[in-house]
Amino acid sequence: MFEQIRVQTDDFDLSHEVKALREGHKDIGAVVSFVGTVRDVNDHADVAVLELEHYPGMTEKALENIRQKAHQRWPLQNSLIIHRVGEMRPCDQIVLVAVASRHREAAFEGAHFIMDFLKTHAPFWKKETLPDGTTRWVDARLSDDEAKKKWLKASENA
Amino acid sequence: MLTVQYFARFREELGTSREQLPMEGFESVECVLKHLSERGDNWARILGDGQQVQIAVNQDMARRHTPIKAGDEVAFFPPVTGG
Repeated sequence: MFEQIRVQTDDFDLSHEVKALREGHKDIGAVVSFVGTVRDVNDHADVAVLELEHYPGMTEKALENIRQKAHQRWPLQNSLIIHRVGEMRPCDQIVLVAVASRHREAAFEGAHFIMDFLKTHAPFWKKETLPDGTTRWVDARLSDDEAKKKWLKASENA
Repeated sequence: MLTVQYFARFREELGTSREQLPMEGFESVECVLKHLSERGDNWARILGDGQQVQIAVNQDMARRHTPIKAGDEVAFFPPVTGG
């Protein structure tokens, strides 16, 4: 069975997941996927290890809620959110959002919407370990909140 | 009883991830925050007035004025940074 929400420590394979997302849907004409990866530098410091904490139970609920909202807003045939937790290193994949629809506009916008809400509504927290062993929690970015707000405005004007 | 959970920086700095609180006339999340910040030190610094605290009640995002009842699961955490 294809699980559309997955929170896992294991890595994922984009080709495999997109293939599974499309399986059984002959009406799909567009798939948009986004992969978030770990940068080696953040806020002017080298990052050796990135640790992802989450709120088990609420995480899955929040992600499913975001996915449902995207499906209500655009005609999507299928969608998938995979988010990794635990310890990661630079260049590792952290998150995958893939959205399939008949036409490209819905897939592009649906994937963008899911990522913007995931950034501000899903209970994940990043902690960085620098090369000298010191650790620091990553601060939320104001730009992420602004990115989410543009969807709220678009919805009010609709 | 009320189950209260703390995550990420809050969990580390408060030195606890979870506790049970007797329902002492808590009508809303605000009352719980006030009660906890009266413990002083880190509790006041992290959960006191004007602090950036995100809230969940029964695993849904909530606000300070969200009502609560016995048996609820309340969580406090810093702004989320996933993705």
